[in-house]
This record gives sequence, structure tokens and C-alpha cells, in this order.
Amino acid sequence: MKPLGIVGQSVKRRDGIGHVTGQTQYVDDVSYPNMLWLKMVRSPVARGQIRKLDVSKAEAYPGVAAVVTWKDVPNNWYTILCLIGVEPNDEPVLAHEEVMWQGEPLCAIVAETEEIAREAMGLVELEIEEQAPVLDVFEAIKPGAPLIKKWGTNTFTYENGAPMRRVRFGDVDKGFAEADYIIEGTYRITPYEHVPLETQTCVVKPEPDGRLTIHTNTQALYFTMDNTAIILQVPSNRLHMIGGTVGGGFGGKVDVVIEPVTTIAAMKTGRPVKWRWTRTEEFQVSSTSGAWHMEYKDGVMKDGRIVARKVRSLHDAGAYHRHSPYGVTKHSANLPGPYYIPNVWVDAYCVYTNRQPASALRGFGVTPASYAVEVQMDKIARTLGMDPWEIRFVNAYRNGQMRAIRKEVQDATLIETLQAAAKLVGHPLAEKFLAMHSNDWKGAQP
Amino acid sequence: MTKKRGRGIAALHYPTGMNLGGDPTQALIYAQPTGGFVVKLASTDLGQGLKTVIAQIAAETLGVPLDYIVVDTGDTDTAPHCMGTFASRATHRVGNAVIMAANEAKKALLEVAGEELEASPDDLVVSDAEVYVRGSPQRKKSVFDVALAAHFKYGKTISGRGIFLKQKSPIDPETGACDPDSTAAHVTTVAEVEVDTETGEVKVLKLSSAYEVGRQVNPKMVEGQIVGGAVMGMGVALMEACFPAYPALDPHPGSFDEYMLAGAADVPEIESVVLEYPSVDGPYGVKGVGEMTANSPLPAIVNAIYDAVGVWITELPVTPEKVLRALEEKGAA
Repeated sequence: MKPLGIVGQSVKRRDGIGHVTGQTQYVDDVSYPNMLWLKMVRSPVARGQIRKLDVSKAEAYPGVAAVVTWKDVPNNWYTILCLIGVEPNDEPVLAHEEVMWQGEPLCAIVAETEEIAREAMGLVELEIEEQAPVLDVFEAIKPGAPLIKKWGTNTFTYENGAPMRRVRFGDVDKGFAEADYIIEGTYRITPYEHVPLETQTCVVKPEPDGRLTIHTNTQALYFTMDNTAIILQVPSNRLHMIGGTVGGGFGGKVDVVIEPVTTIAAMKTGRPVKWRWTRTEEFQVSSTSGAWHMEYKDGVMKDGRIVARKVRSLHDAGAYHRHSPYGVTKHSANLPGPYYIPNVWVDAYCVYTNRQPASALRGFGVTPASYAVEVQMDKIARTLGMDPWEIRFVNAYRNGQMRAIRKEVQDATLIETLQAAAKLVGHPLAEKFLAMHSNDWKGAQP
Repeated sequence: MTKKRGRGIAALHYPTGMNLGGDPTQALIYAQPTGGFVVKLASTDLGQGLKTVIAQIAAETLGVPLDYIVVDTGDTDTAPHCMGTFASRATHRVGNAVIMAANEAKKALLEVAGEELEASPDDLVVSDAEVYVRGSPQRKKSVFDVALAAHFKYGKTISGRGIFLKQKSPIDPETGACDPDSTAAHVTTVAEVEVDTETGEVKVLKLSSAYEVGRQVNPKMVEGQIVGGAVMGMGVALMEACFPAYPALDPHPGSFDEYMLAGAADVPEIESVVLEYPSVDGPYGVKGVGEMTANSPLPAIVNAIYDAVGVWITELPVTPEKVLRALEEKGAA
């Protein structure tokens, strides 16, 4: 590759000094005179019917400027990926009929100080008729399971009406029939958190010209602006988003859950409003990664070639879509791994439960797929008595081969990284593997 | 001896860009009167260094020193659309948009310089903040002087517009056929672990990786991603759980006292080499390295544990309890 000038140089990062000396301005550093503070009242139970939500005592509490409920939200029923065509709407901005997860937002207290807002939270009179939550994906997909989604199943419905994202390539049954070995494995990951140093924070200032200035640490300014406008039912250009410097995202700051409510609070009171999440909120009510359950069945020849791979995967999306239907599609494309496999069958389900919503987290859908594939590869190697390095060379995809999603491989370098890693750790490789490269496939599918 | 060592590997790919595409990003660039250039974006820097690599890409394309470039980002009133920073897309998408904008701005710069130098713009070269005639480097004007002339003598703008869009791919719901990604980066990681068969604790001793990430814009920041991702991935493999008794809701950690993360004391020896094979459509051959660095430690560590003690712990995180139970089961069998 031809060397360039400044591209390729390890120049000092421009914001580094600011970050390490505490001089970088983050959203929580933004304050306005006369600013109010917001705290959210949340569901204490994972599933139930709301029988009473009376905010009158909280509204009357000295120092409380307003209480925001579902009645204040112009378009309360929405889904974040409506902008890329995901439907139906399935999540209320503020709940009013039922609650679907422990921590679901109910109403926002807007007060002179954070302390007053916290005190007034206890004055909201709430009665919820509790229902048994559905917490396990297998329980959720059982016939006769309590239906927690209005459309009549507990799974996302894809374009063809199927309850799963499918990948079909070749003929897996034929592959299994030819195979010398059938090797199975089940792989699971529990939900984990993004844990950004900076918790989610938003400051909204109503401007004299009627526009709203929204300081936010979202990872996606226009996406957040357009979704906020949909919820507020205002033209997008009435909103002015300012951000761009974020104290860690990891996928946790794209759900657009703080900006709409903070903006409504500012519109309702006519004053600047700040909402900053506590660490506990960041852990317990921001989205998490999803739990994933992946079952692999591989047909393998004695020489190590994988000739068929069938995968069933279940993603615990929690209570609402958020970004999960997208994540499951990304997951399905990557479940076969970076290998050429002539026969592939994937069924990947996006399953809803009464859990804190799952959403994007660094490696969305791909992290669990890569984890499962790579442990499965070692299982195959151990079963066959092969070197774990060798099984990967034997199956590694090459440029020009067809992936299961029917896109030709390009920019492949798996073989090259295997060779470089073996060299780095001093692992000896057979001559035939040292001679391989990602462009050596000559066009004949095995 | 209760401490057993093992080595495990993992080789994986990571796709660049929003799945199925359809995720555009725009950039605007304009020259100030004295030859500085402002890059206007609405993209976000999550701490990974976007503002720095974008300045490098703009400087490279325009042919001016790095300190000529101001990157102004994060305001929807002053900059055009960006889909956002996620899916390992920012350097790839924003970088491509900035190259396109910089080339348009450079064309405008050369047209003015051509008038000043009485030469065809096609014969001009910009290097180190000077415009000169190819083959006659003594016939030259500084970018400073050309920008001044554009503003005050010719009344011309030196500016450029850029956008990058990977068209949204349809997906066949029956077969999953689609074009999901722009390119893919690759890595092989080797984990060395020590398993204490009495306590069930797993200690990661070393993570060695060979990455291939297309062209590196800033190798030190790529290394930063590799080290940070390795530690995050190690935490996911061994410690992190929002619902430690999943699928039960309780306990539900709400603080750093209750939620285990890899800390400084857990950081193993981390070494890496980086290969560079240019991608088909990345800016100067870039691929996305953002998310992938947290992935390979998961399987590499699980495989190393098997190598050490002969049990597969296939439900993450691999807690000491799970290791002990698996060893007990193996002993009983």
C-alpha cells in the first residue's frame, strides 16, 4: 500500500489534553439561569395494569414547576426505528395503561432543584395491578404464553410474516447426510451494560424565537432530532441539537429516551430543564445488551471442512423493539462466521420479555455470533483431533467465494491475520498454511 | 498444583457500517480568508478520536498541514446530516464525505491559483500549503495568498460539499439474501489464561492479536482501540452481568459496588500487530476498527479455559462458580 503524508501518522489527538485535564465541556457542564431539574418516576414492577396515576400532590409540592405525564406527549406511541421502516409502534414515551418492565417511565417531576424533584417523586400516587412477568425467551415463545405484545405474538414479525429472520443457502439436510461428523453446541451470553463514564444527560433551553436548543450526548444528532420531532409533532427545524462530544457511547446513547421528555418539560414550563441520569439509572433503566441463546449444529468432514451449518438463535429484546429487530438481522448475516460453508440455515428470533429493553451495544449482534462461532470451531477441532489453527485455515473464506447471505466475499484477510498471529506467539504452522492467502481461491466451489 | 495454564485462539471478521447500508453522512468544507479550512460536520466523537482522524484526512486531501484544519462538529444548525456514530461507521463514512468535500474545495482553490499563476489548474499541485506548477516548483503561491485572492480579488468561494451513501440493500426474507456491509476488518487473537481449580478463578495472562483494519489513519489511536477493546471484552467474558441470576430479575446491579468490570489491576499483557490491506471503498482504504476489538477476547478466553482444564463454559460470563461446577461435573463423570 502506498504511504501517504499525514494519514498514517500517529499525531497527537486533538481533544486528549482537554479530556485528561477535565477541561472538555460535556453536557452536564451546560447550565442556564433559572434552570429546572427533571427526575423520572418509574414502574416498580415488571408487568401490570396501571389503575391509578395521580400526580396532583406532587404538582402541588413547593418548588415543583410541573409534572409531565403521557397526556403531555403529542405522539406518545412510537418506535425508535420508524425512520428506517421498522413497525409497528410498540413503546409509549410515558406509560399510561400498562407497564411492561421494572423501571418503565411513568411521569417526570420538574422542579427548582434535583433534591425537590426527588422528594416529590414519593408524592405520586400509583396503583398497579401486578401481573406475572414473562422473563425467559423459551417461556415467551411457548404456545399459550401470556401475550405481552399487542400484535398477538411475543416475537418480532419480519417482512414475510415469519417470526424469525431467515438465512437459507444450499441444502443443509444434504450437507448433514454427507458429513462424517455432526457437532453441536449451545452458546449463551447474559445482558451487560455499556457503562459509559458520562451518564445520559440532556439540557433544553426554550429560545425567545420559539425554537428549542437541545444539548445532548446522543451518538446521533440528526437521528435524535428527527425522532424527537416525531414525538413532539413539531417540524424538525424547530429543534436545534448541540452535542458532538460524548463521554463514551458504546451504543447506549442512540435510543432517544432523554431528549423528548426533557424537551416537553421545557416547553411546558417555558424554562430551561436539565435531566441527568444517575449511575443507578444508567445501570438499571438504560438499555442493556440482549441475552442471546445460540444453538449450532454443524456437519463436518474428516478433513475438517464444514459442509453444513444450522443455527437457531433467540435474542431477548426485553419489553420493546428499540434497535433489536435491526440487531437480529445483523446477527443473522454474521452467524455463519468468516468461513466458506456451502449449506447454511439460520433462524434468528427477536423475542420480547418483561425485561429492561435491550438495544445496541458495541458489536450489536455480531459479538455473540463471533463468540459462538469461534468456540464452536474449537469444539470441532477438539472432536476431530485437529489443531485449532488448522480448522480455521481449512474453512477460512476467500475473496470471490459466496457468503450465505449471497454476497461475494471481498476484502477478506482472515488467513493473513491467522498467519501473523501464529508468528506473533511463535506457533509453528505447516508449510501449506503459510503458503495460503485470501486471494488464492480459483473459482471452484468445493 | 491448582493453577493450570491454557492457550486459546479466535479468528473473526467485523463488518463496517450500518447493516444493509442506507446510512449517509455529509460534510462541508470552506476556506477562511487566510487559508485555514473549516470542516463542518454533525458527527459525534465518542472519545475514540474522530475529530483527529478527520483532520488528518482533510489535510491529506487538501495538501495543507494539519494545523490548517479546524474540525467543527456537533451542531444541527451549522452542519449537514450525519447518521451518527455507531456500527464502526464514522471514520469510513465521514472520511469518504470529507474527501469528496475536500476535493471540491481543492478544485476551487486550484482555479484561483491558476489565475494567479497563469497556469492551467490541471498543471497545479498543492503540497505543504503551497500551490506550484508541476515541473516548475519556483512558480508558486502560498495557500494563504490564494485564499486571500479568492476572497478579496476574485470574489470566489473555496468550498466543497461531500456525501457518502451506501445504498440501502433490500433483503429477501425467505433466504436472507442481502448486501449488509461495506467491507470487513479481521483479527486473530491468542489468549493465555491461568485457571485456579480450587477457586474457579480465571486470570487472563496475555492477549496477543494480529489485526487487519485496512489503512490506519492514526496507528496510535488504532492501538488505543485494541487495548481498550481487549479489556472490555475480557470483562464481558469473565465478569459483566446486568442480571447475574438471568432470567430472574433479581439481583439487578445498580452501582459499581455490584456490577463487576475489568479494572486496571485485571489488565493483562496486551500485544498486537496490525496489517494493512486497503478496503474497496473506504477513505484511503480504511476499514472500521471501532467495535470489533471487544469481540475476539470472548471466544479466545473460553477456548483457553478448555485448553487449561478441559471444560467448555459456554454461558458468559465465565464466573468462578461456573468453572467449579463444570470441573465438579467433569470429575464426577
